[in-house]
Amino acid sequence: MVNKHVNAIVVGAGAGGGIVAKELSVAGLSVVLFERGGWATYDDSDTDELRSQRTTVLGNGYGPDDLHYKRVVVNNDGTTTTVLPSEGSYNNIAACVGSGTVSYGAMAWRFMQEDFKLKTTYGSIEGSTLEDWPLTYEDLESCYEKAEWEIGVAGDATQNPFGAPRKKPYPMPPFSHNREAKLMVDAAKRLGYHPFPIPMLRNSIPYHGRPACIRMRTCCGFACPVNAKCGTHNTVIPIAIGSGNCELRINSVVSEILVNDQGKITGVTYFDEKNNKQNQTADLVVISASATETARLLLNSKSKFFPKGIGNENDWVGRNLQGHAYTGAYGIFEEEVYDDFGPGASVAISDFNHHNPGIMGGGVLCNEFIRMPYLFTGVRPPGAARWGKEHKTFQRLNFKRVAQAVGPYQEIPKFESRVEVDPTVKDFRGIPVVRLSGTRHEKDIEGCRFMSEKAELWLKEAGAVHTWQSVGGGKGISGGQHQAGTCRMGNDPKTSVTDKYGRIHAVPNLFVADGSLNVSNGGFNPVLTIMALGFRVGGYIAGEWLKGNRFK
Amino acid sequence: MDKPTKLTRRRFIALSVLSAGGTCLLSRCANQALSPWRFITVGESNLLDALVEQIIPTDDWPGGRDAGVTNFIDRQLAGAYSRYQETYRKGLLAIQETCTAKFHKRFEEFSFEEQTQFLKIMEGGKMEGRQWGDGFDRYFFRLIRDHSMQGFYGSPRHGGNKDNISYKMMKLDYPVIIGQNRYILKSDGK
Ligand SMILES: Cc1cc2nc3c(=O)[nH]c(=O)nc-3n(C[C@H](O)[C@H](O)[C@H](O)COP(=O)(O)OP(=O)(O)OC[C@H]3O[C@@H](n4cnc5c(N)ncnc54)[C@H](O)[C@@H]3O)c2cc1C
Repeated sequence: MVNKHVNAIVVGAGAGGGIVAKELSVAGLSVVLFERGGWATYDDSDTDELRSQRTTVLGNGYGPDDLHYKRVVVNNDGTTTTVLPSEGSYNNIAACVGSGTVSYGAMAWRFMQEDFKLKTTYGSIEGSTLEDWPLTYEDLESCYEKAEWEIGVAGDATQNPFGAPRKKPYPMPPFSHNREAKLMVDAAKRLGYHPFPIPMLRNSIPYHGRPACIRMRTCCGFACPVNAKCGTHNTVIPIAIGSGNCELRINSVVSEILVNDQGKITGVTYFDEKNNKQNQTADLVVISASATETARLLLNSKSKFFPKGIGNENDWVGRNLQGHAYTGAYGIFEEEVYDDFGPGASVAISDFNHHNPGIMGGGVLCNEFIRMPYLFTGVRPPGAARWGKEHKTFQRLNFKRVAQAVGPYQEIPKFESRVEVDPTVKDFRGIPVVRLSGTRHEKDIEGCRFMSEKAELWLKEAGAVHTWQSVGGGKGISGGQHQAGTCRMGNDPKTSVTDKYGRIHAVPNLFVADGSLNVSNGGFNPVLTIMALGFRVGGYIAGEWLKGNRFK
Repeated sequence: MDKPTKLTRRRFIALSVLSAGGTCLLSRCANQALSPWRFITVGESNLLDALVEQIIPTDDWPGGRDAGVTNFIDRQLAGAYSRYQETYRKGLLAIQETCTAKFHKRFEEFSFEEQTQFLKIMEGGKMEGRQWGDGFDRYFFRLIRDHSMQGFYGSPRHGGNKDNISYKMMKLDYPVIIGQNRYILKSDGK
């Protein structure tokens, strides 16, 4: 049976893809939205730490599974290791309708104006492909606003003097602070910093027909049992389906982009839920499979017209893979600072995001999501026992007395950090897998040290009697849950993969809309920016379509 | 599937005696059909009990053995951790071989303190002998440590953390039902 031709295909029902599918289908285009996973439910991982999306040792609660997926990582010494999705070095986000937005911590950051102009702000950096975005913060502002209002964000922007200018407030009031955050708010003020409530993609009041958050301990890494966390799965994707123009095809893995004998993109090949290979044709295709998987799909789509993969004439697809170097400090308090008010993270300071002497960028610092018991077994000061009686005693005495100040340091992009497809290893369906290689920029660690010092100072001021730093930014592959940058936007086709609307250079009807587009990844968790880019790319395509442009 | 497969009490005792007799090295005991476990043998389970008890010892609160950590590991080896089956078989055997070759005793026959010393050498990568080459000592120690922590501190649904014991110890009320359990636990958590 041949699938009915549609106007648009969107590959990946995550943060970027869910939004594009909605923008297109509401504008009247017929859409097929492909998702390799299925609908997730709370019961998939329940409150089970070992099968959550944060601690994945027994498997990812929200996909992908160890049976059907694997990757290859190139180690620092050049050897390679094949890894499974449940292993950290796989660098997973998720695989289900909504992807990471089902189980994320839900911090909702707008990047700052400087983040779009890193080269102008800091100049060139040796060994880095640091570059300005082909668009400014002002160009993206209305899309950030759409993300905040259509998906739903709670916060109070007036309390952050370093936030980029904005036209509208958040649609929901901020969350109240938990006990440790209250201590940290007061301490930050005493230090002359500017603490404010973290903006969150969670309902602080009933919003869009879903209830308010019940402050569960198991939030970051888990689905929400009352549907108070706002993702694409419970906002834009249902709207897309409700428009009558969008068919969501779950458990369907896209393996290749179809190219006809004139070199035109005509659709995709995919494995359906029974693992049968099928084709779906469309007028245009949008890839939103996440920074690693989007690059893989483009690189796996080789033909005589695209011998190195689509968009890869200049060897830029898969380059500049970035995530975040997480860096900060821990503090032990005399009193219990834990009051079981989830998700834990609630206060932030943005005082060290840009304009720090001697370092590129910086990042936001926050108190951390609740560390579940197994995760906490790895939280120990230097020199403390890692097992045995002393370790157990620490666990018993200090679980409720430890707070953490930590943040995502903006990494310095590197050409050598990259996604390729492995020449030999294939997954369950016979599709060549992602191969990850590269190391962080050597200067990242300096920025991380700087931020960790500030974090430690903050905890001390809050009353911690024993503190220690955990400095990120060491050698090793970056990517992970915050993966970005592999199909960089730019004005120059020689040094980027897409134009400023996410269209692959020189391919009229093929777009990218996910974290791959990020030229740099900000000193913030990236999802709101990815959502804003989804509105930008989707809005652009829909606008052009309504004007009669068929992207031929 | 929480319980080991059925086995009569008499057969179980017979097996325990056999393996406690000191004549039975793991390789010869690796007879699946006679084991009440899913993957490990009775001999291996005795050793694992001692190992997990080292990682999380009994104090005022139960330790790894009583919290069912061996059961957790066995269950994962037959499931999510089946890729570690060979490593466990090889590593557990290497521990017993090292003990019997040098001291003519099995690991679990040493005193608690001696066992700790043994594991510290393993952790530090200082084991002698071919079977420990290529950093296998350090690697296998870490594996046991991590898996023991998971079994003790993870969700009881995977076969460890019996009666939510680690959660009680940490004064965390469990299971979290939908919403929050907003009551104060007594200071001893019980
Ligand atoms: C535990 C956790 C906590 C997080 N916390 C935060 C936070 O607090 N704040 C924040 O900003 N970010 C957070 N993130 C990160 C955030 O979820 C990601 O940045 C975001 O989801 C990335 O968006 P994307 O569109 O690039 O990719 P994704 O959202 O991953 O979407 C890609 C989708 O494509 C599908 N797909 C891939 N390949 C194929 C294929 N071949 N065929 C069909 N479908 C395919 C995938 O299954 C997936 O659903 C968190 C993530 C996790 C896992």
